Amino acid sequence: MVKLLKSGFFTSVQDTGRFGYRDKGVPISGAMDVWTVDKLNMLLENPKDAAVLEITMTGPTLLFEEDTHIALGGAEMSATLNNSPIQNRKIYKVKAGDIVSYGKLERGFRSYLAIRGGFRTKVRLGSRSMYFPICPQNHLEEGAEVPYEVDKAFEPRITEYKLEGFLEDTVLEVHKGPEYEILTDRHLETLFFNNFSIAMENNRMAYQLKENIDGHKASMLTSATLSGTVQFTPAGKLIILMKDGQTTGGYPRILQLSDRAISVLAQKKFGDLVSFKRV
Amino acid sequence: MNNYPISIRPFGVHAVLIEWPNEVAEPILYDILQFMEYLRKQLDADAWEMVPAYNSLTLILRKKAIDFKTFGDQLHKWYSEKGSSEPREKYRWRLPVCYDADFGVDLKGISDQTNRSVKEIISLHTQNVYTVYGIGFLPGFMYLGGLPKALEIPRRKSPRLKVPKGSVGLAGRQTGIYPQESPGGWNLIGNCSVPIFNAEKDPPSFVSVGDQIQFYAISRAEYDLHKIEGEVGIYKIEKIRIDG
Repeated sequence: MVKLLKSGFFTSVQDTGRFGYRDKGVPISGAMDVWTVDKLNMLLENPKDAAVLEITMTGPTLLFEEDTHIALGGAEMSATLNNSPIQNRKIYKVKAGDIVSYGKLERGFRSYLAIRGGFRTKVRLGSRSMYFPICPQNHLEEGAEVPYEVDKAFEPRITEYKLEGFLEDTVLEVHKGPEYEILTDRHLETLFFNNFSIAMENNRMAYQLKENIDGHKASMLTSATLSGTVQFTPAGKLIILMKDGQTTGGYPRILQLSDRAISVLAQKKFGDLVSFKRV
Repeated sequence: MNNYPISIRPFGVHAVLIEWPNEVAEPILYDILQFMEYLRKQLDADAWEMVPAYNSLTLILRKKAIDFKTFGDQLHKWYSEKGSSEPREKYRWRLPVCYDADFGVDLKGISDQTNRSVKEIISLHTQNVYTVYGIGFLPGFMYLGGLPKALEIPRRKSPRLKVPKGSVGLAGRQTGIYPQESPGGWNLIGNCSVPIFNAEKDPPSFVSVGDQIQFYAISRAEYDLHKIEGEVGIYKIEKIRIDG
């Protein structure tokens, strides 16, 4: 088990997501920055869907109760292992009784802690990703214990990787969304030639952008939405649905973020600037 | 069954959106569901997810990018070939609702607004059969069509911060059930005593798009009994097969 001596701002168990229940209204959930989680699981020679801890803004204090290997990635949060600084993208051997804690958020917004073999919480509807009401809670509280399997024989073939991820990226690659055609030339100019800042309302469900663009009067029947769908409200607000986002919606879907752009956005926090670029 | 003019276009690289004419109509919904059944036989069920709603069907391939050029043509071909293949089994679910004033906190207001007695409102709400045009917004939330005109009332001016789980409400042309506690702006008329979404079950929701819902009124005592049955996990929801 790993025990959360402190919970941090918002720490949850996530894997690649919950699939096959969208038609019942269940969001896919899963790690927001999938790109980073993929790399960490590859480094630890884990299956692709091994569960990790997703750590948002401020980190927890973690007590490891058995020996294992871990690797950190994504946001940089001045992490330490028994008070010595540790780096992202590198495997560390952890012994029973060791403590990992986090300090100041330096870059990005979501940090990941991957563990050899993945975390072994209960699988609910095919996934370990924490989402209420599929799981009793959507994040871990102080005192929570998260199980993992002890693998003493593991000898990593590589111990670190260099690929940095997208912490400094501000460009969101987008495809046309289904209702792209409702956009006027003026809309397009505002959308593609300006920066937008991340609003206070940003979480695993959706990121709102602070600046509105001109509104519209288009109406549509409720239809499917995806993670990375940019919704456009009649008042001109832009809402980017993320991993816990609803599965259907009635606002025009003007743009669709690429997979890479979702990982880029997952590392943005209130006030950060982003811009859109058609691919 | 007739074929409709449909539009097929990419929705990002992992999804394709198929759209039927922009109308809320049962024949369109059933054509969508029939095509969905046909596609289930053509596509790998583990790789693809399908989300039907009102006048659209979205196909999602989660692990790979879709080669739209070939796949779009293939979909048109399948649509023209589907003929009158068997649609999925459909059910009419009868759901118990307690319309007591404790739950139907807005019944009195609606009665004043519509000039109808509370009794009339309940009888209007329970007489009609509603069609499930979509499931979304919250896990297990059903978009129901078929509300009598007399019950169309605007959404509340200011939403409530907490609407209890199971609340049955009216808003505009819709009626529906809150599958979990959530903020909401609907006018509340009652509470459904059986859970319509249960994450411990697979599938977590017994209803599928295309099914029908009919409400029936129960007393407070029956409601309390259903609640206990729900907590211990022993409850049965009445259903009637409505294929054809």
